[in-house]
Amino acid sequence: MDRMIEVDQLSVRFDRLDVVKRISFDVAKGAALGLVGESGSGKSTVLRALAGLNQSWSGAIRFEGNAVEPKRTKGFFRDVQMVFQDPYGSLHPRQTIERVLAEPLLVHGIGDVDARIARAMSEVALPLAMRYRYPHQLSGGQRQRVAIARALIAEPKVLLLDEPTSALDVSIQAEVLNLLADMRESKALTYIMVGHNLAAVAHLCDEIGVMQNGELVERLSAASLRDRRIGNSYTMRLRELSDDIDESFVTHDN
Amino acid sequence: MEINVQNLKVRFASPAGYVEAVKGVSFTLGREKLGIVGESGSGKSLTARSILKLLPKRACMTSDTLTFDGVDIQHADETAMRQIRGKRAGLIMQDPKYSLNPVMSIGAQIAETWRTHRGGGRMEAFEAAFDLLDQVKIRDPRRVAGAFPMELSGGMGQRAMIAMMLAPNPEILIADEATSALDVSVQAEILRLLENLVTTRGMALLLISHDLPLVSRFCDRVLVMYAGRVVEELKASDLARAQHPYTRGLLECLPSLARPCKRLKTMQRSDAWTA
Repeated sequence: MDRMIEVDQLSVRFDRLDVVKRISFDVAKGAALGLVGESGSGKSTVLRALAGLNQSWSGAIRFEGNAVEPKRTKGFFRDVQMVFQDPYGSLHPRQTIERVLAEPLLVHGIGDVDARIARAMSEVALPLAMRYRYPHQLSGGQRQRVAIARALIAEPKVLLLDEPTSALDVSIQAEVLNLLADMRESKALTYIMVGHNLAAVAHLCDEIGVMQNGELVERLSAASLRDRRIGNSYTMRLRELSDDIDESFVTHDN
Repeated sequence: MEINVQNLKVRFASPAGYVEAVKGVSFTLGREKLGIVGESGSGKSLTARSILKLLPKRACMTSDTLTFDGVDIQHADETAMRQIRGKRAGLIMQDPKYSLNPVMSIGAQIAETWRTHRGGGRMEAFEAAFDLLDQVKIRDPRRVAGAFPMELSGGMGQRAMIAMMLAPNPEILIADEATSALDVSVQAEILRLLENLVTTRGMALLLISHDLPLVSRFCDRVLVMYAGRVVEELKASDLARAQHPYTRGLLECLPSLARPCKRLKTMQRSDAWTA
């Protein structure tokens, strides 16, 4: 199968602290990998190194077979886009939605700005009336839709999602997860999603990587995780804790 | 100790007239674990804070009855409120990074609370602080007492926060999304700790959360709030059998490991819920 992303012996150090310790994994084209673990396990750091937001890493990162340097090319920043956790913090407070969405198009010299913005907004089901509003006039869910539209407008191949639904209400989380699943299907995107809610990550991703203390301790399919075909004790503990949280409803429903 | 809230309303003045954030909430709370759940903006935090009269200055609060163990909160002055806030009712907020004083050691903060409410000498207060940190299952209380908030993890910070709230031996703890910022494993520990403390000390607990499964597991009774109103009240263990379409909607849109599905259900809101 064609590989979209290959990570080989990736390490990230902050001062004398090894945050990510020689981890290797790959993601096939069109696949979705979820990275789970507790805070401090290094999952977001991996994502930021992939996105080019952190330059102090060692090892190899390849996108479509091409190794990338710590300093990325402009083309890279078009092909790989990121969606952050906090939609309140990731949109410029003084820019209208129109301006936010136009930025990637201007940066990458993509024409047809007007039509593309309208199309991007309708794809993420944002009313066109929102176009000239500011982020503070939007709800949290709408802001996250803007962030997703901004990531998609330059027609990337890879979307890096850092806890994209953790700051949202469960009702909004469902809408955003559905939207992300639809977009992946219609645009043949490759996803890496970082999250701490196993159920949400397993819903969107077919493969799960479990991180602990900067190491990738297990990689398994979402189906194995559901059925508890788990090899690692730490993964099992995470699974049990999520169990605790939603199993009661299942027994009642049936 | 009983809290009685009848027809509580909280309004904010805005250029377009009053905006009502809490629209007539009524409940009573005795020695039990009561959960309030709802989405952001449903008024659950404002409802809880009304009990302590800790509302933003612009807020205007009215009610038919609002009493804390017979004390009329609505007409109580600040002196009277200080006998309740902290002393008889503790408030634990979401993020210990913001609710702890960054330039005071943990031990000094807990000792300060102890002395404010119980008097006594410095040494005595510090000994009490070590004891409290020990009660919230901090392994090395003396080391943690000397640490500053930035040196602690989220879970440790939250334990320190709980220790501080326990100092005056309150009758009720109000936990406002107290575990939302924590990892699931830490969340479970903190909840177990709260549960133990509540049972052994015979305290009441008001738990505000957006996490329905958590509330269902942990509380005795749940109020479900939507747009400033309580739309449903049920036994926590019956949450899965909720009748109201809003509660059902909240439960059904949760992704589940046990029941994978291609698409998640989304909430179809109805105007009738706010009528």
